[in-house]
Amino acid sequence: MKLFGWGRYPIIDAEVMAPRSIEDLSRLVKNGNAIARGNGRSYGDSAVSVLNTIHMKHFNRMLDFDEKSGQLVVEAGVLLADVIEAFLKRGWFPAVTPGTKFVTLGGMIAADVHGKNHHRDGSLGSYIDWIDVLTAEGSILRCSQTENIELFKWTIGGMGLTGVILRAALRLRRVPSAWIEQRTFVAKNIMHAIEIFEDSLSSTYSVAWIDCLQKGSSLGRSLVMLGEHAKIDDLPPKFHKSHMSIALKSKRKIPFNFPSCILNAYSLRFFNSLYFWRGVWKPQRQIIDWDSYFYPLDAILGWNKIYGRRGFAQFQCVIPIDNAEQGLSELLKEISNAGVGSFLAVLKRFGKQTSKFSFPMEGYTLALDFPVNNKTLNLMNKLDNITIKHSGRFYLAKDSRMSQEVFRQSEHRAEAYEKFRQHTLSKNFFVSSQSERLGF
Amino acid sequence: MTKNTLLVLGARSDIGMAIAHRYAKAGYDIQLASRNADNLTVNKSDLELRYQVSVSLHEFNALEIETHVKFVDTLQDLPTVAVCAVGYMGNQRESELDVIAAKLIMRSNYEGPASILGVLANKFEERNSGCLIGISSVAGERGRATNYTYGSGKAGFTAFLSGLRNRLAKTGVHVITVLPGFVSTKMTLGMDLPPNLTTSPPQLAEAIFKAEIKRKNIIYHGKVWFIIMVIIKSIPEHIFKNLKL
Repeated sequence: MKLFGWGRYPIIDAEVMAPRSIEDLSRLVKNGNAIARGNGRSYGDSAVSVLNTIHMKHFNRMLDFDEKSGQLVVEAGVLLADVIEAFLKRGWFPAVTPGTKFVTLGGMIAADVHGKNHHRDGSLGSYIDWIDVLTAEGSILRCSQTENIELFKWTIGGMGLTGVILRAALRLRRVPSAWIEQRTFVAKNIMHAIEIFEDSLSSTYSVAWIDCLQKGSSLGRSLVMLGEHAKIDDLPPKFHKSHMSIALKSKRKIPFNFPSCILNAYSLRFFNSLYFWRGVWKPQRQIIDWDSYFYPLDAILGWNKIYGRRGFAQFQCVIPIDNAEQGLSELLKEISNAGVGSFLAVLKRFGKQTSKFSFPMEGYTLALDFPVNNKTLNLMNKLDNITIKHSGRFYLAKDSRMSQEVFRQSEHRAEAYEKFRQHTLSKNFFVSSQSERLGF
Repeated sequence: MTKNTLLVLGARSDIGMAIAHRYAKAGYDIQLASRNADNLTVNKSDLELRYQVSVSLHEFNALEIETHVKFVDTLQDLPTVAVCAVGYMGNQRESELDVIAAKLIMRSNYEGPASILGVLANKFEERNSGCLIGISSVAGERGRATNYTYGSGKAGFTAFLSGLRNRLAKTGVHVITVLPGFVSTKMTLGMDLPPNLTTSPPQLAEAIFKAEIKRKNIIYHGKVWFIIMVIIKSIPEHIFKNLKL
């Protein structure tokens, strides 16, 4: 069947099976060329293998929860949205969450996702107590910081290429309410934005939205948004009783692929300005429900269709802290000169991270969406080079178009990963369209 | 008020499990009954963690009808709602060549389900409350060459539910006949189903849950199947017998 990621690009004809038992699953793995697929929320071809894509939708059960430690044990196909639905009302929330809740836990671990709290709390991997991995040899190994340590470390962030993640134990965090207190700061330009980030490293959550069509002294003007879990006392009295239960809002749905002409330089400029000024005029301090705060785009089901039939690509890189100012300025200049803006240009400060193959490193990450066409593909190639020049790297969960050369130049850990995969035989059994494209 | 309980017969079926999820979400305690019920411990923990309800597992074999009275007697609580999702598609061609294969299909879709719901009906009638839900099929509405062994079993079950509803109409017990069209499940895996006419088990479970609240008698799912079946049933037999459906 035709498979694609969230960006609807590339579209690949692939064999997909959805096994129901571990036995069936290991039989499929033995056929080789295998990759596990969750809910298809990585943007490109990370969870696609032409010959053997294994859909994990039937492994979606919750197995155990420890009220004391907040440790939740689940099968890999459980959706983050289901975890929140079951546990937020009991006062627990994921310790790390990406920008959509429609991801599986298995996918989150494979990409070692980060959230708006990375600068303080690190990536998801820090909250995984153990995982069960079905390996190339067909055995199921319990992996943790003390058991099968190497496999544990490479699997977290390993993009599914070490084996199939079957089960995981992750720690949730206690939260005082289902509400977030958000403060918004206006940054005149990119330097100013960095300044605000550096001054707010103690905030639990921080993220900035950038108007990427500005130039000159306004280059990178942005809204920096800080967030804290609101305590009951911070809430308006009418919410006190229901501070943990917020009904999900009705969802809007994008019914079809928009014609690509809707997204043009004018509409983007208009949208970007509108968003910016709305942010400027909004009250500086707001109480927002968890769903709107963490997952604003989930409210529009199928928003990926606004980029039209050809789909879109996301560019997400991280620039190490020492080169951040220079690197980000160059990236933003290139984007604003090209005049092909993005609805969603997001900037975020990362904290320190020591992991085998995960994306984050201490520095700044910039993420932008572009409709796929020759002009934007060209632009992204230029952005690749700027990133490499400043010793940055790229987020594989978002990538759908990078070249092998760019990957090799940016990812110095690829060789060690290759060795590990050869040594454990996983290289012979697990492959994704992405790993083939990038040659690892 | 005591807590509401749902009994799912044939809990290992995708439809049965989806219904268990829907009712657990509404706060019902769940009784899962099937063969090898011990294998359902993972589903038990899943339902309990997601919805904070109690779930119990019960060994049940629809074909061993002589055990059905005892099965119901040993349930700790007589359920508020009982749904029978037992069914077996089998292989049509095989059933034409082998009477034993045909018998298994007929018994799985008619004798077993009718027997257990009959036993539960008597208990519910005594209590004067409750709802019995039978998952039958549009395949039972008119026999077709492609699956008439299965269809004949479902036809018998549909007639049984209709009669049961008629018998219990003056009591507090309600009976619902569910006639799904195509549902993507283990049973239909590998069949080439038209996507526009195919629903998923959770969608079907939602429709059943709503139908129970509204005390509907017969539900088609999805709605288009009602129209399709009206047309199929109205085709004169001398034309119908030459059609390939």
